[in-house]
Amino acid sequence: MKSVTPAVAMGAALSALCLALWSAAALASPLDYTLPPETAAFLPGPNREVVEGNCAACHSADYISTQPRGERFGRAFWQAEVTKMIKVYGAPIDEADAAKIVAYLAATY
Amino acid sequence: MIDRRSLITRSAAMAATAAFGPRLARAADAATATLPFGNGERPLVRYPQKRPLIRQTSRPPQLETPFEVFDEGPITPNDAFFVRYHLAGIPYDLDPDKFTLDVSGKVDRPLKLSLAEIKAMPASEIVAVNQCSGNSRSFFDPRVAGGQLGNGAMGNARWRGVALKTVLDRAGVQAGARQVTFNGMDVPIVDRTPDFVKALDIDHARDGEVLLAYAMNGEALPLLNGFPLRLVVPGFYGTYWVKHVDEITVIDGAFDGFWMKSAYRIPDTDCACVEPGAVPKATVPINRFDVRSFITNLADGAKVAAHAPLVVRGIAFDGGSGIRNVDLSVDGGTTWQDATLGEDLGRYSFRPWQATLTLPPGAHAIKVRATTTAGETQPAAARWNPAGYMRNVIETVSVTAA
Repeated sequence: MKSVTPAVAMGAALSALCLALWSAAALASPLDYTLPPETAAFLPGPNREVVEGNCAACHSADYISTQPRGERFGRAFWQAEVTKMIKVYGAPIDEADAAKIVAYLAATY
Repeated sequence: MIDRRSLITRSAAMAATAAFGPRLARAADAATATLPFGNGERPLVRYPQKRPLIRQTSRPPQLETPFEVFDEGPITPNDAFFVRYHLAGIPYDLDPDKFTLDVSGKVDRPLKLSLAEIKAMPASEIVAVNQCSGNSRSFFDPRVAGGQLGNGAMGNARWRGVALKTVLDRAGVQAGARQVTFNGMDVPIVDRTPDFVKALDIDHARDGEVLLAYAMNGEALPLLNGFPLRLVVPGFYGTYWVKHVDEITVIDGAFDGFWMKSAYRIPDTDCACVEPGAVPKATVPINRFDVRSFITNLADGAKVAAHAPLVVRGIAFDGGSGIRNVDLSVDGGTTWQDATLGEDLGRYSFRPWQATLTLPPGAHAIKVRATTTAGETQPAAARWNPAGYMRNVIETVSVTAA
C-alpha cells in the first residue's frame, strides 16, 4: 500500500490542499501532462459549500450529477452513498456534515 | 474469411444511416453526447493523447469511447480507447527513466526492474479486448449506482510486453504460492481509502498469456491507459488490468484487500445474476467476460432503403473461447440468419462480422446474437445484478426502411 498524501484535515482545507497537489502534478515534467479544465460544478443548493469541502478533494462533481434520477434515487439512495464514502472509502466527514450533505444531495439531484 | 480492406460497402451503409452513435450537439463552447438513457448528456472532451471522448467523470477520469469508433475496424485506436480510474492520485508526472517494477513476496530472488530491462526480456503480443465490468450499466432496469456508462467502456488492442510468467520465473516463485497481487502508481487522496490492488491466482498469473504490456497497437501506452506498464489479463474484466503497475507480490494466501474482497463481486450463481432488486446470497470476484455482440454501422433509429441490400456489420467477443457464430433476427428472435465472420485476430479479440439484409418498408428491430465455440450464447432477456456488471443481453437496433 502506498500513499503520497499526508494526513489530511477535513473540509475546505483538504479540498484546497489536494487541488494544489493536483495542479502541481499536472504541470510537472517530464510527461508534462496537462489536463483539460474540470468544468463540472456542484449545482446551487443549501449547504453546497459543505459538499464542496468534503467531497471535492477525492472526486469531481460529475460523480454525483451523472447518477440516475427518479424516485428510487432520492434521500435513501444519497444517504447510502454518503455512508459508503465514509465507511468504505474512509472519507473524513463528521456526522453533522454528513447530514447536511445528504440533505443537499436529496434536494438538488 | 472477409478481408476488411475489401469491404467497399461501408460508404453506402453510412449514407443509409441517418443518425450515428450518440447524438452530437455543438454548443457555443463545448460538444456534448447524449447517451440513450435518462440523465445521459455528457461533454465530449479532448485529453492529451486522446481524441474527444465522452467524459463520464473528470476526477478520477472516466472517459467512454463514442460507439461509432467500433465501426472503424476490430482494433480500437489508442486515442479512442476508454479510460477508467478509481483513485484521483494519478502519476501525471511520472518519469519513465526512473520507473521500476518491484517483484517480491514468496520468491527466491526479489527483482527491481527498469523499463529498459523489462523491454529487453523476450516479448509477446496478443490482441485482446479490455472491457469495464460496468460497461453498459446505464441500461440496467432497475438502474443501479455507479459509473453511468453506455456501451463504450470497451476496446480491443494489440498488446505487446513481457509475459508475466517470464518475470515470475526470473524471480523464482516459491512452493506454497497461491496468488499474485498487483499494485499501480495511482494512489488515494485520503489515506484511509483502500489502495487499488488486485490479485490473480498463481496458475492464472503463470499461464503465459497474462502480460506486462508496455505497448498498445505499436506505440507506448497512452498515459491514461497505464503508461508505462500495465497488466493485460486476456478475457478478464478490466478491473484486473492494473495500470502503471509497479509492485507485484507473490503471496501464500488469498488476497483480502478491499478491491477483491468487497468490490467487483458478482452473484455466485450460474448466470451471475439475481432477481432485479434482490441481494445475492453469496458472491465471488468478477472474472471472465460473458459473450457479447454489437451492430456498429447502424444507429438506433436509422433510416434505411427498403427492398435494397442492407449491409449490417459489427463485432462480437467473449472471454476467450472464441466466436463460433453470429446471427441476426428481424422477426423478434423467431428465426435467425447467419452472418459471415471476418478476420480472426485471436480468441480474445473483437471478431468482425457482416451480413446483408433486405427489408420491406416499415419499422424493423434487428437483433444480433453471438455464440462461442464453447456453446455459450447471449440471453434474450437482460440479466440483473446489484453492481450493474456483465450486461450481455441480445442487442437490438431499430431502423425504419422506406
